[in-house]
Amino acid sequence: MHTQTEVGYNSKVEGDVVITRLDAAINWFRVHSLWPMPMGLACCAIELMGTGASRFDIARFGAEVMRFSPRQSDVMIVAGTVTYKMALVVKRIYEQMAEPKWVIAMGACASTGGMYRSYAVLQGVDRILPVDVYVAGCPPRPEALLDALIRLQQQVRREPVISTLKRPGPALVKA
Amino acid sequence: MNPVDHARKLRERFGELFSEPIEFRGEISLQLIDSERIADVCTFAKQDLGFNYLVDISSLDNYGDDPRFTVVYHLYGLGHHCYLRIKTSVSEEKCEVPTVTGVWRTANWHEREIYDMMGIRFRGHPDLRRILMWEGYPYFPLRKDFPLAGKSSNVPEVAFTEPAPMAGGPFTTIAGGKDAVAREPRVRIPETDSLELNARVERRQDIKDAHGENFGPGPIEPKK
Repeated sequence: MHTQTEVGYNSKVEGDVVITRLDAAINWFRVHSLWPMPMGLACCAIELMGTGASRFDIARFGAEVMRFSPRQSDVMIVAGTVTYKMALVVKRIYEQMAEPKWVIAMGACASTGGMYRSYAVLQGVDRILPVDVYVAGCPPRPEALLDALIRLQQQVRREPVISTLKRPGPALVKA
Repeated sequence: MNPVDHARKLRERFGELFSEPIEFRGEISLQLIDSERIADVCTFAKQDLGFNYLVDISSLDNYGDDPRFTVVYHLYGLGHHCYLRIKTSVSEEKCEVPTVTGVWRTANWHEREIYDMMGIRFRGHPDLRRILMWEGYPYFPLRKDFPLAGKSSNVPEVAFTEPAPMAGGPFTTIAGGKDAVAREPRVRIPETDSLELNARVERRQDIKDAHGENFGPGPIEPKK
């Protein structure tokens, strides 16, 4: 007598399972809860607040938890003019953030020094930090910042997690 | 009591230390000959003349003149509502005046700012550190011989500065240009500047600026 046995996965018995790669799973967690470090230094910070408030609602993208402690945040949003005096503080706070960490340079000043061609202003925060996304505008609209966040999410989604974790030194050092 | 009376009393008390008061639009300026006496003068102005509010201390760089610097004290009396301005000269070699923090405590930050920007030291100041630039910055940026773009400096493990790219000068747009391209300074090529502008800028005769000059660049001579 020939009996029929079901080979393979029986969802009725074993429940719902999703098969994926570990990289994709970890990145999925990260992408949808990027906690920002609001580095509000000038008028861009006002737009940053607008982005966080109800009208534009950055919570739709999982980044509503503005952490004022660098140790609890993932992405530093440098919003405003970085003077040389403040650059010391920005650098220090960035170094206090736990890996993995990302940086959004919001607005003309944080990206390039903007209109402040002056002895007192750092000509772009990328001279002291590795910037992942630049946002144009003076100040940028909240939509532009949301777009930058989405682009950062796309970037984070593609990052190789496991291979970089195995590498010695700080994780996610850009190769 | 009006500012003239206050100035007269100061001159009665300190005699030849002050030059003739200069009046401009109802405000009195006095030049103090000996900057070493500034603290005594300010003590007298506060305690006997009622100038209980130090509005500001500022400094000037008369580059090329001797003495090079001028320190200006803006005094105000909340009781009698009079302003008084005391100026005193500081030479480049000395570059030091007595502090007035003992008279008005608010002078603390004013004097720190002058030290930071102009490099004038204040003898007896309780905490003479830089206030705007970072600690260890080697220059005094508001001096006339300091370029707007800044100079490069590097203090290892602390901070660095680099000259800012000025892209042909301070960012000044040209009023009256026909379009954004004509008004925008960064797109101009210095060699062809005047020709470009002649071709592009429409001169506005109907708009005048504060000095009565026609707005806009006017007729432009080609560059030699």
